[in-house]
Amino acid sequence: MAQSTSAAAQPRTTSPTPQPEPHARRWRGNGAGFLVKLALMAIVNAFGVLVILQAWAVESWWILGASVVLLLLADIVYFSKRALPLKYLFPGLVFLFIFQIFTMGYTAYVALTNYGTGHAGSMEQAVDAALIQDERRVDDSPAYPLAIVTQEPDVVGFAINDEGVVRVGTETEPLTEVEDAEVAENGTPTAVPGWDVVPRAELYADAELQETVLSLRVPVSDEADDGSIRTREGTRGTIYQSSLEWDPDAQTLTNTDTGVVYSPTATGEFAAPDGTRLTTGWYVFVGFDNFVRAFTDGNLAGDLLQVTLWTFAFAALSVLVSFGLGLFFAIVYNDDRLRGRKVIRTLLILPYAFPAFMSALLWRGMLNSEFGIVNDLFFFGAGIGWLSDPWLAKFAVLFVNVWLSYPYWFLVSTGALQSLPGDTLEAATIDGAGRWRKFQYITLPLLLVSTAPLAISSFAFSFNNFTIIYMLTEGGPGFVNSPSRLGATDILISAIYKISGVSGGVADYGMASALSIMVFVVIGIISALAFRQTRKLEEF
Amino acid sequence: MRKPLALGALVLSSALLIVGCTADTEPDTTPTDTAVEETTAAEETTAAEETEGTEPGAAGAITIWTDAERQDAIQAEADKFAADTGATVEVVQKNFEDLRNDFIAQVPTGEGPDITVGAHDWLGALVTAGVVDTVDLGATTGNFESVALEAFTYDGQLYALPYSLETVALIQNVDLVGEEAPATWDDMVAAAEAAGAERPIAINTAGETGDAYTMYGFQTSFGAPVFVQDDSGSYTTEVGMGGEAGEAFAQWLYDNGASGTGYISTTVDYDINNELFNSGTAAYTIQGPWAISSFPDVNLKVNPIPSAGGEPAAPFVGVQGFYLSSQSQNALLATDFLVNYLGSEEGQQALYEADPRIPALSAIADSVSDDPIIAGFLASSQNGVPMPSIPEMGAVWDFWNAAQVQIINGADPATTWNTMIDNLNAELNG
Repeated sequence: MAQSTSAAAQPRTTSPTPQPEPHARRWRGNGAGFLVKLALMAIVNAFGVLVILQAWAVESWWILGASVVLLLLADIVYFSKRALPLKYLFPGLVFLFIFQIFTMGYTAYVALTNYGTGHAGSMEQAVDAALIQDERRVDDSPAYPLAIVTQEPDVVGFAINDEGVVRVGTETEPLTEVEDAEVAENGTPTAVPGWDVVPRAELYADAELQETVLSLRVPVSDEADDGSIRTREGTRGTIYQSSLEWDPDAQTLTNTDTGVVYSPTATGEFAAPDGTRLTTGWYVFVGFDNFVRAFTDGNLAGDLLQVTLWTFAFAALSVLVSFGLGLFFAIVYNDDRLRGRKVIRTLLILPYAFPAFMSALLWRGMLNSEFGIVNDLFFFGAGIGWLSDPWLAKFAVLFVNVWLSYPYWFLVSTGALQSLPGDTLEAATIDGAGRWRKFQYITLPLLLVSTAPLAISSFAFSFNNFTIIYMLTEGGPGFVNSPSRLGATDILISAIYKISGVSGGVADYGMASALSIMVFVVIGIISALAFRQTRKLEEF
Repeated sequence: MRKPLALGALVLSSALLIVGCTADTEPDTTPTDTAVEETTAAEETTAAEETEGTEPGAAGAITIWTDAERQDAIQAEADKFAADTGATVEVVQKNFEDLRNDFIAQVPTGEGPDITVGAHDWLGALVTAGVVDTVDLGATTGNFESVALEAFTYDGQLYALPYSLETVALIQNVDLVGEEAPATWDDMVAAAEAAGAERPIAINTAGETGDAYTMYGFQTSFGAPVFVQDDSGSYTTEVGMGGEAGEAFAQWLYDNGASGTGYISTTVDYDINNELFNSGTAAYTIQGPWAISSFPDVNLKVNPIPSAGGEPAAPFVGVQGFYLSSQSQNALLATDFLVNYLGSEEGQQALYEADPRIPALSAIADSVSDDPIIAGFLASSQNGVPMPSIPEMGAVWDFWNAAQVQIINGADPATTWNTMIDNLNAELNG
């Protein structure tokens, strides 16, 4: 893209002759290429329209809007002749939008809510849940055989068989006995004078009737305390009682037995004046509460500081040690006089070729203090608690991470060493520089120019290396007698996982998102500073 | 100039593609309004004949989430249900581990299923999230093992159809210590020593992580339940493992840990545990039915867990069953399927055959109890208590496991245990 614009711009300044259009513009595009484009765009459009239709069907308006905009943009970009650079940029921009900006935006949004277990749905759903949980089957209620009966116009009722006596009732009319009703062998009423019994097949086929039947409560008697008949699947009726009442105008739930009023709170729960809460809440916007809580929660603050320090130490040491080790091996095995270099290099790269989580699990077994091979072979069967002592566990995590990552640095350094300019080194040799001096003033600085950015990204990766921590120690051993649930080898990201509670089934996604954003900011700042430093290296 | 032509071609080709795509994909989606119409069109003939005046083909569709093991059995029941009622049943297979969080996340959005398979200890989280409906098993309620019903009861209401139980039991090497169940921990150690076993027992502590689940039978034998149960069997949020009983259990852990006899060690994880028992190094182990296939070389017998503290040992019982979504659009059909098909004896039998676990329906449990292994675990589960399903339980595990590991490794038992109780109370009330 850059080339085509500069090619178009440059000649204009140098030659006065009218410049032919660049080939991309000159091309009239009705050949095979155009057909390919058409086919590709047809697929894109078909997919886009499909997404739009699906979004419409499930009523997710955000996705619908975004897809419409993206699809229109795609068509404009690829069917107009003007937006040439955008033709190249557009796919990248779309991916940027979907996978980066949207994800980050959504995380930020969740961080500002209290979304999690207990605050999972909307207020309307919380009301539903409260009413469901409140409506209780009367303990000694028998299960009456039941039939659904209708009367013109639009009256739906239940007919139950109470030990041979058939009673019929509707929402407004309590159950009353009906003479001359017929019942089937299993007790279900089959014919009720004055009423049409709805056949089972008809109930199955009529979704609207199903809903009516499910929400229908037929009072047992004039006394509300006697409860009402309810059916779950249309063949059995049972007496239920409920005490909560929803007032849509006041937005409150009232317990009709005790008179207690539950009103919505700012944190997305129904609470009574005396502080009792209903089980189910909904999620609400809580502003920066999650961020404040992360800093002020007394249980967390102290341990989080330790975890943060260890995270920095772990990430920095992982990079430095594995870089040093990799560079050392790279220099040693870069010597032309060495035989079998290729074989040795290949073998050195092996740890890098194993999946990290497998290696971590293997090391976990090998470091077992009683049955592990490390203690058996190298320490004469001494029961050294590699994973149970806080400092040894830190060492073990670091050691395994270095073992996993030094081959990467070996590869990178080998490549960089081989591309170093030979003449500079030769000049240094002629000037009488020794081995160490050459390494210090020529090899290392030149090497750093190409490897420093990799070191920074490797730091960021180690900073968030959840896999190795969780597979090797699960963050343990836990801080002794600490009120948090964190441990000596927990790094920030594994601490976030524990704090969020996702593993225990009681998730606090709002808090977890807030902490993730903080980690993101920390890594962002460090990387920005470090990249600024590496620019100085390029001045060599 | 060429633009109209190009656009025309574009519209035509994309329209063709959409037709092709939608025909394939729509039946796979969750029951949206369009999908319902689409899928029930097949039943139009049967439904239309029997209904007058109602919209043809509106019978609805229900979606069921399951894991791979149970899929075939559920599919068979689903086919039967579809044939009987004309409804469409879609069985979706997912990872068991993902079911809980996906169910909580998707039911509120309307994308969730009508029914899902699940474990009973999710119940608290599901109720707090407001995503489950109560279930009424009617007259069949009494046919289930009481511990299974108790497990799915929250605040006095039943929330799922149970179908299988699982628990840990004492598994013993018959060639070393015979078939007789030891009554106490000391009897067990004595029997193992008389047989000359290198280790009397292998107990999994999940390495340095701790495994209070496996240890719970011994803990309850000291009279120290994790939470206090009320009269109806529901767990309250009052921590029950503090005080003298808890300290006695902590002392017992210490006495059998690294600073004592060494019978319990944090070097034992699941695989090492099974290897120790399978090789005959350990005469006994505490394991669940899922580990039986790891013991091919041992002639084994499954017995209830012996008492270590004088009271009967009550291990945790896990129950699996089917939850009903609170936001189901077809609750009547879903309940009908749940109670009258999956909950029927044939349905439960089919589920047992697809994935043999201890059945929750007593009749089937009796009929399969000639299998000595199932019978052993069933006997152990009858001593057991359901694992608490209250949401507070999620906070307990980490503290509880860590304290046990520290005590086994030689930390002062009473202080460590009491600090753990304090931290737990602070977490639960704070």
